[in-house]
Amino acid sequence: MTAQILSAIFTIIVGVGGCVVYYWGANKILDAVFPSRGVSGAAAVDNLRRQGLIRPWLFVGPAMLIVTVYLVYPVIETLRLSFMDRGGENFVGLANYSWAFGDREFRNSIFNNLLWLAVVPAACTFFGLIIAVLTDKIWWGNIAKSLVFLPLAISFVGASVIWKFVYEYRAEGQTQIGILNAAVQYLGGNPQVWISTPFWNNFFLMVILIWIQTGFAMVILSSALRGIPEETIEAAVIDGANPFQIFWKIMVPQIWGTIAVVWTTITILVLKVFDIVLTMTNGQWNSQVLANLMFDWMFRGGGDFGRGAAIAVIIMLAVVPIMIWNIRQANREGGGGH
Amino acid sequence: MASSRGKSVIGRFGVHIAVLVFVAIWTIPTLGILVSSLRDKDQLIVSGWWTALSTSSQTEAGRTDAADKQVEKDGKFLIMGNLFGAGDARTVTAFGTKAQQPTQFEAGTAADLGEGVTLQVNDDGSYVMSSPKAFEITRGQRVYFSASAPPRFTTDNYRTVLFSEGIGRSFINSLTVTIPATIIPILIAAYAAYALAWMRFPGRALLIAVIIGLLVVPLQMSLIPLLKLYNGVGLFFGVPAKTYLGIWLAHTGFGLPFAIYLLRSYIAGLPREIMESARIDGASDFEIFVKIVLPLSFPVLASFAIFQFLWVWNDLLVAMVFLGSGSDQLVLTGKLNALLGSRGGDWEILTTSAFVTIIVPLIVFFSLQRYFVRGLLAGSVKGG
Repeated sequence: MTAQILSAIFTIIVGVGGCVVYYWGANKILDAVFPSRGVSGAAAVDNLRRQGLIRPWLFVGPAMLIVTVYLVYPVIETLRLSFMDRGGENFVGLANYSWAFGDREFRNSIFNNLLWLAVVPAACTFFGLIIAVLTDKIWWGNIAKSLVFLPLAISFVGASVIWKFVYEYRAEGQTQIGILNAAVQYLGGNPQVWISTPFWNNFFLMVILIWIQTGFAMVILSSALRGIPEETIEAAVIDGANPFQIFWKIMVPQIWGTIAVVWTTITILVLKVFDIVLTMTNGQWNSQVLANLMFDWMFRGGGDFGRGAAIAVIIMLAVVPIMIWNIRQANREGGGGH
Repeated sequence: MASSRGKSVIGRFGVHIAVLVFVAIWTIPTLGILVSSLRDKDQLIVSGWWTALSTSSQTEAGRTDAADKQVEKDGKFLIMGNLFGAGDARTVTAFGTKAQQPTQFEAGTAADLGEGVTLQVNDDGSYVMSSPKAFEITRGQRVYFSASAPPRFTTDNYRTVLFSEGIGRSFINSLTVTIPATIIPILIAAYAAYALAWMRFPGRALLIAVIIGLLVVPLQMSLIPLLKLYNGVGLFFGVPAKTYLGIWLAHTGFGLPFAIYLLRSYIAGLPREIMESARIDGASDFEIFVKIVLPLSFPVLASFAIFQFLWVWNDLLVAMVFLGSGSDQLVLTGKLNALLGSRGGDWEILTTSAFVTIIVPLIVFFSLQRYFVRGLLAGSVKGG
């Protein structure tokens, strides 16, 4: 263990030091090859121009290299693999896709993913907005916000353990140690096995993600609400609008843009949700989702890369519209640049 | 007027109640595992954690000594002993001899077992069984009793998970993964962000568009090709495919688009005059970056560092694909996932382990919340 700590510290120094040496050294070499000081005027101008051509690439080079290896190449390769067989050697056309749409588990995953997409972003945005509005009105609002925000720091696995304990089931008549069943029993109901009841279990898994992500929605929306000009609300009050009218007709329309950003961010997260399903049910009891199914096929029976890749591509397809919207949005804001 | 004021008081009261309900729902689950991790494991399984402060009672079964321990006294045959072991602080509230009626008799009273045999169990667990005739039983009498214990809190669970369940080791592994995977992308992204914000070169706009596009690419798209690549590299050079270096680079790659995006929008917003006056003074881009841009960008670097730290620390998927499952490489999230399988019902182990895994993010979160929120706002609201 001490050896591991020492080697970790050593590699941190080597890795970080290597980065520093690269940027510093590359800059030094560039200055030495094309000197701009101590040479004649014309040569200096020429060399400065050459430096100006090369230096940006020294700066963005490492980032481009890593992003290409870890994101650009894999995206293309995954597309290619989705048309190949399990080992990635023989072309099989659309066989993986036609398999997918005929597979019961895959169809169940698609159905569940749609459920998640319908419920989670809406619920997070809704609760986030409500909490943001309410906490703005009370003196201990910031403490309340911190506490609602806190689950955002907790891992999905940690959150799964936390909620598995909430959902813990004991047979009827026994002392319930899960708080949900205890509450149900206290109210006179029968304890339920929440996470292995098909269909409804999806919602109990969604609760975990909603619990984590509401804080995110709340913080973003709260800052957007603060940006609403005070006069618009005052004018509505003078016109005799009640709090609900002010909320729905004055505040919400002014923050539509932010609501859309929050909604799409959580949508992307939902498409990738994996840890919660893996740790809570591992897809049993009809709770499978695409990301977990994909992981499953990566390793199931030695791994079927073709089918895994096909599932990844389907997840990707759902993200593409958001991606295009983002790029267009960024371009409209001045093509990037100062 | 009066009615509207009355309404607003009720309304304000309602706001407090509503926020209180939300806060309760959002904190009680976490509180549950914190309290449970500190409870005695025997109490944990028989009572809800919300009753942790009250005395818990539990029905148990024991057995008296057999006939060989009997003594004769005043013409009666007695078997005496104690249902509890030495040092047990619990008390017996009721007892019985039938499984169907485990609390038939109150502690301290004598139960008639028929044929003149009586059994008395006292609240300290001591019992006296007496009979007019000599006992001939070879096994002791079954006794059911309800024992109540005062609330007990302990740090034993933490000692167990840290040192014998392997959580301590995984904690070190998590740190080994997280620290380099946080520092390396910051450095690489900062240079790239500066170039994309302040240097002119062909293809810059395209690079920015690619970065923004990659922001939303699901991790799932990368896993299979990278797994193949790592296996290939491992085979080709005869090195293990699953190494810490491999996961650092993977986390760096996955974190870079967001890092570049976040840093670029901040660095692009720095005042142009500072850069230009430095340039007129003869500073090169490298000097401007190191001496001016880096120090001025501290807040956004801190924001990204927190994000990346939390994301890497909390990650399970990347660790499962790129690291092995041996004790020298299993990170906390992976270990917790493994425990959920192997120690499914042992809530004292699970709650304690879960708390150990979330404590570091919580500390980071609470101490650096300001930067975290700032990063969130800058990262998701364009130009914010």
